[in-house]
Amino acid sequence: MRNKWIAAPYVGWMALFVVAPLILVVVYALTARDGAFTLDNFSNMLQYAPVFGRSFLLAGIATVVCILLGYPMAYFLARERGRLQSMAMLLIMLPMWMNFLLRTYSWQFLLERNGFFNTLLATIGLPKLDIINTSGAVVLGMVYNFLPFMVLPIFSVIVKIDPRIIEAAQDLGANSIQVFRRVTFPLSLPGVLSGVTMVFIPSVSTFVISRLLGGGKSLLLGDLIEMQFLGSAYNPHLGSAISLVMMVIVLISMGLMNRFGEGEGKAVLL
Amino acid sequence: MGKELIRLVDCCMSYDGEQVLDHINLYINDREFLTLLGPSGCGKTTTLRIIGGFTTPVSGEVLFDGRRMNDIPPHQRQVNTVFQRYALFPHLDVFENVAFGLRIPKVVEEERNGRTVRRKKKLPEKEIQERVLEMLEVVSLKGFEHRRITELSGGQQQRVAIARALVNRPKVLLLDEPLGALDLKLRKDMQIELKRIQQQVGITFIYVTHDQEEALTMSDTIVVMDKGTIQQIGTPEDIYNEPKNAFVADFIGESNIIDGVMVRDRVVKMYGREFACLDGGFAENEPVDVVIRPEDIDIVPPEEGQLVGTVTNVTFKGMQYDIIVDFKGFKWLIQTTDHSPEGRHIGVKIDPDGFHIMKKSQYSGMFGDYSSYSEEYEELSDADALDEEDDGEAARREDGYAE
Amino acid sequence: MKKNGVLSRLFVAVMFLFLYAPIFVLIVFSFNDSKSNAVWGGFTLDWYRELLGNRTVLSALQTTLEVSILATIIATVVGTAAAIGFSSMKRRPRNLCLTVNNIPLTNADIITGVSMMLLFVFAGQVLADFSGWLNAQEWAVNANLWFDFSFNLGFITLLIAHITFDIPYVIVSVLPKLHQLDPNLAEAAMDLGATRWTAFRKVVLPELMPGIVNGLLIAFTMSIDDFVISYFTAGSQASTLSMVVYSMVRRRVSPEINALSTLMFVAVLLLLVIINLRQARQDARRQAALRR
Repeated sequence: MRNKWIAAPYVGWMALFVVAPLILVVVYALTARDGAFTLDNFSNMLQYAPVFGRSFLLAGIATVVCILLGYPMAYFLARERGRLQSMAMLLIMLPMWMNFLLRTYSWQFLLERNGFFNTLLATIGLPKLDIINTSGAVVLGMVYNFLPFMVLPIFSVIVKIDPRIIEAAQDLGANSIQVFRRVTFPLSLPGVLSGVTMVFIPSVSTFVISRLLGGGKSLLLGDLIEMQFLGSAYNPHLGSAISLVMMVIVLISMGLMNRFGEGEGKAVLL
Repeated sequence: MGKELIRLVDCCMSYDGEQVLDHINLYINDREFLTLLGPSGCGKTTTLRIIGGFTTPVSGEVLFDGRRMNDIPPHQRQVNTVFQRYALFPHLDVFENVAFGLRIPKVVEEERNGRTVRRKKKLPEKEIQERVLEMLEVVSLKGFEHRRITELSGGQQQRVAIARALVNRPKVLLLDEPLGALDLKLRKDMQIELKRIQQQVGITFIYVTHDQEEALTMSDTIVVMDKGTIQQIGTPEDIYNEPKNAFVADFIGESNIIDGVMVRDRVVKMYGREFACLDGGFAENEPVDVVIRPEDIDIVPPEEGQLVGTVTNVTFKGMQYDIIVDFKGFKWLIQTTDHSPEGRHIGVKIDPDGFHIMKKSQYSGMFGDYSSYSEEYEELSDADALDEEDDGEAARREDGYAE
Repeated sequence: MKKNGVLSRLFVAVMFLFLYAPIFVLIVFSFNDSKSNAVWGGFTLDWYRELLGNRTVLSALQTTLEVSILATIIATVVGTAAAIGFSSMKRRPRNLCLTVNNIPLTNADIITGVSMMLLFVFAGQVLADFSGWLNAQEWAVNANLWFDFSFNLGFITLLIAHITFDIPYVIVSVLPKLHQLDPNLAEAAMDLGATRWTAFRKVVLPELMPGIVNGLLIAFTMSIDDFVISYFTAGSQASTLSMVVYSMVRRRVSPEINALSTLMFVAVLLLLVIINLRQARQDARRQAALRR
């Protein structure tokens, strides 16, 4: 069936609802309230540099933790077989499909000052911990929410590696550590990269997690943007500028990472 | 050919209660080109995997130079493998694929201050370079060092796989249907190439295939296997001329296999008629299988024939005609350069050295009748070969998980 | 490959505990006969009763289902057509389309949300100005006509936003099936006398079906699950379940939300089990077919 014209409605749709909004973001970012061209939005953004720093730092930490926890998990699951494996995959997917707000809420519930966790600590005679409303709680929330998005892509790459390639490496003298370092890991990098994208982008732009678990104390980029559009600080021009800068930084870092990832296969070998 | 290098003693293997190897006994000499030949599921790949160390036999022993190797993992064996469909590393270029084994640090024992110490030793980069380039030259891939694996043709990938294994200077190279994925012309070229490489590097090759022609062309020794047991071991000539049973006779080349009775030494009786032959050593009046190769039968006028039959089918094959002749309901294949039209009565004459007499076996009566012969015969057997590859793949997958 | 040792299995078990413990605590406390979120006060179903009597929650649930179902249906039809269209394009335009198609997939939700909000607000303003201009025209005044094209954020904008982020998922799941499709298949059908449309319906569509169903399911879950984009594009007139949950949890921890979480968990569990069973049955059928 060859008929390129049936894509026409969607091409029009994309132009109107994907491309045009992004152009509007650029236009808003470059104009003042009266519509005149200005770069003030960008210079005003400087005062929010700490927010940028904090967002990228926390999202970065969450991403690294997700790799450290998610990679071994994906690796071990890929070595299981049959029933157990498909069962485990179902268990990984289930939290992914459950509402994101409710997942975040569950930690709010657990970590509250007089919540379940602290009561548990008190019962066994330990002092209460102030975890909620800290950056730690925000990172915890990110890891909890996005861990499955790290495990799944890594798992699906590892599970597709031809077992004969592993055997070939053993045959050529590699022990299990060398097999992992020289073959399995380099071959699983594409999975890690897509996992990183799927964890880092929602982490760096979240406002729900910081609001619910950070208590609004440590402002993140997401909070900042949200405030400019729906919050007290209403200023869509500044909000557009922040969105634009965030988008560009994310794009550049993803691009760099992909380039770096290309060389990774070789770097590991040397 | 040198002294004995590998010996399998009473090796048995089973998966999920199904016996795939049944008491395999086999020895392999140094510098020998040995082929494990048989249909799918015969146990040839499992045997190879036991030698390579990817599977451990349920019982029995694997000996290398007289040392028991059953539990030595693959990376500690002086054996390298060329895998079916190559299993090249997709993330590495040609050079790094070949260099892979050389870059793995080796544990060496050294005498130092009067004590033996074990330490890891890396090969110097210069030596790696030299050995890889040298090996790429052996397999005629010079100039391809920095190609990606995906940019190579099937034949080139094949050569990389061979170079990658040989560069480690193994004592034994295992080849698992290495030519299965190549087209016919390339396969013929690679057969000659492989034999040349084996003679050049002077090591043992153990070769697994289901292609009898490949086995006959390249091997010093052929091991014919079926249903997890060895049917016959011998040189290509032995296997072809003196098959041990109906399975071997049918699997190697074309054979007419007829029920007969050994009247006494050097006389066999079939179709109620006695024929002179060269075989002996059977009991008097012992029932036997008689093998007559299609090319050993001469066509003569009916009145001069030892037997008379009717031509039912003629196929032109280029060098010769394949004709099917009906002898009292049993159909023979005869290869001849003379044309005999369908329906003609002909006589046949067989010289005493054209008969080969075999003892009755579990395979008697299963092979050697050409009743279902048709022009599609060749194609059908090709289709079987394809199936077989897939089966092999499935079996391998299971192997991979069975440890 | 070797089997996993005890330690690696233990690690996996601990990770699953981490993923599930919070949810199970919520489930247990949804039956707690006490406002406390730490002390067990006996079993009750009060919170479920209260939840199901909560009009805001129920109307939000209705809105969520309406938006999700409508958006999924539209996205599946438009997306499948677009995927077919894309795959018959030449390379350059196809790559361009696929790149744009990927934007909503890779962009942060918040950016998709605010950019669409900007568009809707901007378009609303332009249309309002246009109506004003029309109304000021002499012919309109003379004819006693009154135009009002302006609109506010609401159900329609919410629906548009959902369709926009759903379609890329449908396309991404249908495209691989299109690549696997034998190009001779439709031609064979037409050679046997089928019209183009019959060939499509009887031959091509069944081949694409697994991809389409897959895309439909993903789109539906994405719609149901979405909070951020809805939050920016729904305005004050429409509320999805996620938005109601957000306003509830911002205020306080409440056992009612525990009950809601439990219901959601059970719903998702059922859905996944059904999908998996379907998958298993398909696999079994394929196995059986192969054996035959």
